[in-house]
Amino acid sequence: MTSGADETRQGHRYVRSMAGWWHRNPVYFWYMVREVTAVGVAVYALVLLAGVVSLALGEASWNRWLAAMRSPASIALHVLLLAGMVCHAWSWFAIMPKTMPMLFVGGKRVAASTITRAGYAAAVAAAALLVALAWWLRP
Amino acid sequence: MRQIEIQCLRYHPVADQAPRWQTYEVPFTDDMSVLQGLQHIKDQLDGSLTFRWSCRMAICGSCGMMVNGEPKLSCETFLRDLFPGPVRVEALNHFPIVRDLVIDQSDFLRKLESVKPYLIPGKDPEGTFLQTPQQMEQYYQYSKCINCLLCYAACPQYGLDPEFIGPGLMALIHRYNADSRDGGRAGRMELINAEQGVWTCTAVGYCSDVCPKHVDPANAVNQNKVNGAIAWLAGPFRPKASGKP
Repeated sequence: MTSGADETRQGHRYVRSMAGWWHRNPVYFWYMVREVTAVGVAVYALVLLAGVVSLALGEASWNRWLAAMRSPASIALHVLLLAGMVCHAWSWFAIMPKTMPMLFVGGKRVAASTITRAGYAAAVAAAALLVALAWWLRP
Repeated sequence: MRQIEIQCLRYHPVADQAPRWQTYEVPFTDDMSVLQGLQHIKDQLDGSLTFRWSCRMAICGSCGMMVNGEPKLSCETFLRDLFPGPVRVEALNHFPIVRDLVIDQSDFLRKLESVKPYLIPGKDPEGTFLQTPQQMEQYYQYSKCINCLLCYAACPQYGLDPEFIGPGLMALIHRYNADSRDGGRAGRMELINAEQGVWTCTAVGYCSDVCPKHVDPANAVNQNKVNGAIAWLAGPFRPKASGKP
């Protein structure tokens, strides 16, 4: 025991601080990225909702919304939100098997990696379908 | 023989105001675990180093500690895989430190008693309890928990709010609730649906990654978010029970 020992501290438990916990481990960092990018998903829903409201308000309003969407700031926001959404989808499907009941096919449990891969495939297929539809309906 | 540097977080409740790092040079062979490295320190270099261990074969769950920032069983973490080091060893995160690498488990043990971790006979207590392989699979992985607490050290929500019942005990609750022979589900639902039950979990998922027995506690917690929500919604429509389940 070192000199200056404080006997009144006998049995004292040391509680470590949680400050900065989310950047102490890459797993926590990517969890926080998943949480933050969920806000980006909500923000983009609001952007689209503004478009629907503009459409309801008439042609002038709709054209103003379209012009706003074509501005450099909007394109920068879209690139940022797209990156966020890719991150979110990747992270979400990785954890999806942990969030759902056990799946059985032909009496055998479906592996977590299969569920994740099916999620990635569905996301890629849905995005490809949307891009194809937009291309086909372009003015 | 190769040498590796092991840095241990030391804490003596009387002598130290706060934990401090202490470094040891440890000779090791390819078959030596981190636990054996610590035992070498205790036997040959510094008898005051304090840590828990028992079986040395990843079944007792005593030797959990943070190794290079990750919750690990030190008996199944090998020094050869951490060479050239240094190896940083500290007490499991999110628990108060009693001394050196020893944590205070009393919070977990208090909660363990509260979850009714045993089979409660259902409608037919004298039944033969036949189960199909699929019925058994619903709970079997959750029955493999060894209470090593690595999942608690992985869970930031437990660190931020120690009232959270935590991943390990949620897996244990699910182990009994998902068992077709058990009739105690309604009695455990209150714990599941409490704010400190499943709803404190935010699906970080790291608890399942660190589990040495592949129990997948995150899956148990998240399945019970659905079960808890259904029980809550169905609550007003259920006839009042005459006694406690």
